[in-house]
This record gives sequence, C-alpha cells and structure tokens, in this order.
Amino acid sequence: MTPLDFVVSLALISVAAGVLGSLIGLGGGVVIVPLLTLVYHVDIRLAIGASIVSVIATSSGAAAAYVRERMTNLRAGMFLEIATTTGAVSGAYLTTVLPTRFLFVFFGVVLAYSSFTTFRRRHADQPLTVSHDRIANYFNLHGSYYDAVEQREIPYKVVGTKPGLALMYVAGLVSALLGIGSGALKVPAMDSAMHLPMKVSSATSNFMIGVTAAASAGVYFIRGQIDPIIAAPVAAGVLLGATLGARVLGRVTSKTVRIVFVVVLVVISLEMLQKGIFP
Amino acid sequence: MRHPNLPAGVPERPPYDQPPVEALGRSGGRVLSPEEAAVMAEKVRKVEVAISLVLRTGVVVSVLVIATGLGLMFAHHSAYLPVSGHFSYHQLTSRSTPFPHSFSALGRSIARGQGRGIIVLGVLILILTPVLRVAVGVLSFVYEKDPPMALVTLFVLAVLIGSFFLAGV
Repeated sequence: MTPLDFVVSLALISVAAGVLGSLIGLGGGVVIVPLLTLVYHVDIRLAIGASIVSVIATSSGAAAAYVRERMTNLRAGMFLEIATTTGAVSGAYLTTVLPTRFLFVFFGVVLAYSSFTTFRRRHADQPLTVSHDRIANYFNLHGSYYDAVEQREIPYKVVGTKPGLALMYVAGLVSALLGIGSGALKVPAMDSAMHLPMKVSSATSNFMIGVTAAASAGVYFIRGQIDPIIAAPVAAGVLLGATLGARVLGRVTSKTVRIVFVVVLVVISLEMLQKGIFP
Repeated sequence: MRHPNLPAGVPERPPYDQPPVEALGRSGGRVLSPEEAAVMAEKVRKVEVAISLVLRTGVVVSVLVIATGLGLMFAHHSAYLPVSGHFSYHQLTSRSTPFPHSFSALGRSIARGQGRGIIVLGVLILILTPVLRVAVGVLSFVYEKDPPMALVTLFVLAVLIGSFFLAGV
C-alpha cells in the first residue's frame, strides 16, 4: 500500500467515523484506534494521537451545527467542562503511575454497566418538569430544544449535578489515560444521572469532547504522537463526516440514538476488556 | 400540539431563534420579566451564532491548511503518489518517522515549505479551536451579565491554557 492509497482509504473510513461520532456524541476513537492498529498496523501511540485529532474534529464539526440549531445545552456543557478538563489534566499525569491493563478492565466494566443503564431508560424517556437540584437551579442549567421528529419544543429540567460532575471528572480522566472513550461516559452521565433528553445529551457531549481532548492534546503533540500523514486524512474525513452526521440527529428519534449509542458502548466496553485481559 | 409554556405571540415553530421563557435566565434563579426575557432571548441567540461561527471558521481554516500541506507533501515526493508500487506507507507511520513535534521544529519545517509541517500547523489550528470557543464562552457570559457562569468558563479556560504549559509546549 503506497502513501496515496493509505491517505485516500483512511480519509474515506474517517468520514464514516465522523458520521457515527456526531450522531451519538462520541469522538470516533472507537473506530479509528482499532482500525489503525489492527488493519493498518500503525503503532498504538500514533493511533491514539490520531484518535485525539478525530475527537476534536468530530466535536467542532458537529457542534457548529448543533449549537446553531439549539440542540446543545450550552450552559450545562460549559458548566460540566470544569470537571472534564480537570479530569483530563490529572489523567495526562497519571498515565505513568497507573497500570494500563487494570484501567482497561476497570473502565470496560464501568462502560458495560453504563450501556445497561442507558438501555434500561429506553421506555422512560420523559423529560423532567421539576428540579430540586440546588446547583442546577442556581446556574440555571435547565433548557429546551425543538424536536423535529415530535414537531414541538421540549423543555426539560436538569437534576443530579453532583453525580454528573463526578462522572465527567472520570470521563476526562479516562480519555486522557486511555485515549478512547471520551464521550462514552459523558452521554450516560447526562442521560442517566442528570436526565437531559437523549438527543441533547448527544449534542452536548459532542460540544464538550473537543475541549476535553484539547486539554490533553498539548501533551500528545510534544510527545510526538501526532503524525501528519495519519492526522491529515483523519481530520479531513472526520470533519466532513461530522458535518454530514449533524444533519441526521434532528431527524431521528431519541430511541434510535439511544439504541445506536448502546450498541457502540458495548463494542467499546468489549474492546477495553480485550485490551486489559488479552493485551 | 402547541407547548403550553410558549408565550403568547411566539409562533409554533420559531426557526431556532426563540427559546421559551422558562429556558432563559441567568445564574441566581431569579425569574425574568417578559421584557427581560425578550432581551435575553436575543442575546442568547447572538451567543449561539457567535460560538457556531468560531467553530465553523476554525474547522474550515484547519481543513484548508491541512489540504494545502497534504498537496505539497505529494507534490514534493513523487514516490508517494503511485496507486501501486513498492513504497510503503509504513515508512511514514513508524515510530522513527521524522515529523515536527515542537514549535521550533515546526517553524523550521514550515519555513522550508515542507508539507508535513503545514499539516501539523493545520492540526494545531484544529486543536486550538475548542480553546478559542471557551474564550468566546467567557465573553458571552459577560455579555449576558452572568458573572457566576463567566467565572466557571474562565476556570475552564485557565485549566486548558495551563494544560498546554504543563505539557511544556
């Protein structure tokens, strides 16, 4: 395979990763990392660097549309970034201290559990109308979005800010430590713990993952993990895919988004368990 | 079905620009009067458009720079170009492949007009886009006269900038 074949094929697959990532609020690392290591036989460190680029590309590409369409909860997103960025910075410095294999097993189990809780909520998807959460009320993290499928404005209240913040800290930590799974914990944190509607959780996760990834991207750049010939097709392809994917979220039901998310979460969880148990 | 909380005079399907009164408001929990809510709705809309614009501009600029770099790289190295041949991409994706990963090396690479340096520049623009978005967020909350949220966003910006310094950039 010549460099041209590599660039063109990787760009095409990255378009698909961008569409999937923008729809369910993940960064596409779930596609990019195994693809680069298993199919293209690229060093894992460079694959993780490419995954960070993919996360930022998905986030900026999709969020530009979601923010304009009022699908994102800007206040909740920016508030929760307190926890994700601090998590990401602490994670970048814990990499050398913590045993990676143990982390993969641990987060594999955590994600398996959150895919279960996300799946369980598939019939009870009603937004809350009352919130007694003092933090959410003080910062007015509640919101409303227009659902194009149900053809109505859907207001919702936010609860569980404290467990939400805790999960977001762990989400920042895991994305910096393992290079994958940045959105995998953010969506369940907003959906299950804070009761944001599924589509808003996905759009807000998209909005946030770019900032979480940027907080550890400096380290990856200096360590020489961002190889231009891998990063270029990934960035360009994912950006195109995320821009296209952002047109889909408005038109599908929350339940579809939830089911696709759960399936991908199970795959990520198995990927992590495999890395931890049979590295 | 019309939502009961939509204020009178607001059309059923405002094209993304009129959130219901209950979704508006600053930190502190005080309920806004209808006049305040109208002003707030306009401000929130401007903020959304501004943030969206920052993200879109960052994305477009970075893609253009990356595409230029990629074009230059292939233009300078005719060996990379054939669809079939002996030159493998593995020579460019191994751990020993030389590419700039410090600002001084990046500057030298760009000065020599190397494609890979220009690609790295495009990727750095992409990485800095969310940081710029957070900075715009701080200004937005100042504009919405919401000091608690402005402080929250300022903290996030400080952590982000700190992360780059901690990395030794």
